[in-house]
Amino acid sequence: MSVVIQAIGLQKSYGSHRVVDGLDLAINKGECFGLLGPNGAGKTTTLRILLGLIAPDAGAANLLDLPVPQAAREARIRVGVVPQMDNLDPDFTVAENLLVYGRYFGMKDDEIEARIPSLLEFASLTNKRDAKVPTLSGGMKRRLTLARALVNDPDVIFLDEPTTGLDPQARHLIWQRLHELTQQGKTLLLTTHFMDEAERLCHRLAVMDNGKLISQGSPRELIEQNIEPQVVEVFGETSGSWASEHAAKYAQRFEVSGESVFCYVQDAQPLVVHLQAQSELRYLHRPANLEDVFLKLTGREMRE
Amino acid sequence: MNIFALPKLSLRFLPIWRRHWLVWKKIAAPSILGHLADPVIYMLGLGYGLGSLLPEMGGMSYMAFLAAGTVCYSTMNSASFEALYSGFARMHEQRTWDAILNTPVGLDDVVLSEILWAATKSLMSGAAVLVVIWVLGLSHSVMSLWMIPLALLIGLTFAAIGLIMTALAPAYDFFMYYFTLVITPMMLLCGVFFPVTQLPESMQAVASLLPLTHAVNLARPLMSGIVPPAAILHISVLLIYTLLGFYISLVLFRRRLSR
Repeated sequence: MSVVIQAIGLQKSYGSHRVVDGLDLAINKGECFGLLGPNGAGKTTTLRILLGLIAPDAGAANLLDLPVPQAAREARIRVGVVPQMDNLDPDFTVAENLLVYGRYFGMKDDEIEARIPSLLEFASLTNKRDAKVPTLSGGMKRRLTLARALVNDPDVIFLDEPTTGLDPQARHLIWQRLHELTQQGKTLLLTTHFMDEAERLCHRLAVMDNGKLISQGSPRELIEQNIEPQVVEVFGETSGSWASEHAAKYAQRFEVSGESVFCYVQDAQPLVVHLQAQSELRYLHRPANLEDVFLKLTGREMRE
Repeated sequence: MNIFALPKLSLRFLPIWRRHWLVWKKIAAPSILGHLADPVIYMLGLGYGLGSLLPEMGGMSYMAFLAAGTVCYSTMNSASFEALYSGFARMHEQRTWDAILNTPVGLDDVVLSEILWAATKSLMSGAAVLVVIWVLGLSHSVMSLWMIPLALLIGLTFAAIGLIMTALAPAYDFFMYYFTLVITPMMLLCGVFFPVTQLPESMQAVASLLPLTHAVNLARPLMSGIVPPAAILHISVLLIYTLLGFYISLVLFRRRLSR
């Protein structure tokens, strides 16, 4: 498998604040790779370095076998970007947005025009071809942004929080399309806060915090490596006092968050039996998921 | 990426210029009205009102005197508004620049396209005023056709200088300083409404450093069919302002967008 996006010892500071701190990454062709991390972890800065938009203070980055930022222009001919914030042209129609954007890649008008119908179909926007951007819903705008990122038929697609702010229907449609892109053999690098999104879409994930990579692997590997397989959530007004008296007896590890207690266990059976006898407490027994891993690795306290 | 590197010029600015043109075409009617209304009302109002009290100015009717100045200041205004307000909207508000910079187009191309687009709007604005001047019979000379390339040059100059402000601006309010402290004084000190020679010598010295003075010194003779004295000097001053403005604004944009 060939590596199409590579970072070696990347460092970037703004003033005295080190945003990216010795980052190594290698993303293979055809892979959907997720970069996870709380706000301010350095995800967007990492993407900007890998795209060649900003230069790292130290380390090296390669995109499609080209060194960036030195050869960023050549590399970006084969790259599509879905940015975190929509920056479609509000004065233009859906089709005009695609036409104007294709020209930035040096494409001829008839070449772009020939691609527009299939791009619109992919984005489920065929009947919105002549609609102006401000009349589109949030989900349609995101889909248009995705279609715009595909105008040059890129090999690599960068997606910075592609579904933030969307309703569940819109999110599912985007997921379906991203899945189709990976099936076509495109390489996807995406950042997200949504663990279900990461778990569903990504072949491999990396969790970032404070500019560093703290864990890496497939979703299943991350769960197996970092956390007990079973989680029992205990709720109720008396959950705090229950936790201080009993939790340690049944759980390898537990965390109190408000009126909830999260118990992480190898075998949930004894704990569940005990909880069934506690009438004032409610509980939820479930397998451990990526969100548990994420919260364990990056902590429960709020960022920013 | 050295922010002080000289600009790398290429034809990649062209698709961006075409984007601006496509936007403009959608709002052409109000835009042309905007180019014309303000300068023509100034010219006619002052020309008839004040002109009737003055026998002549600089060897011509006051209206004809005002005509040359009006082309220059309306050109200056349209380039400045485009580079500051519209440029800032594209960079900051709409994030059009961010979208473009994710493609093989670079920041040097984006800044060049902003300057050339603002100059294009100046050219349209100058030409519109010129047509009114010709229709009113305020200039009969074929030499007045040279006003068209001059309008483009004035546009380039003020677009390049204006982009320095855009690169520094935290928000739209910031531009009020520039219009109040730079553009308005230039309109009043650089010979648009009366000859610079009417000013005290110290103020004349200041005026001689300002780009609009050199634009007016080229425009007025051209409108009367005379080859402008010291034309090379005036053109050079405008070109130097243009090149310095382009370079300084580009360095500032590189610094701003490298965050």
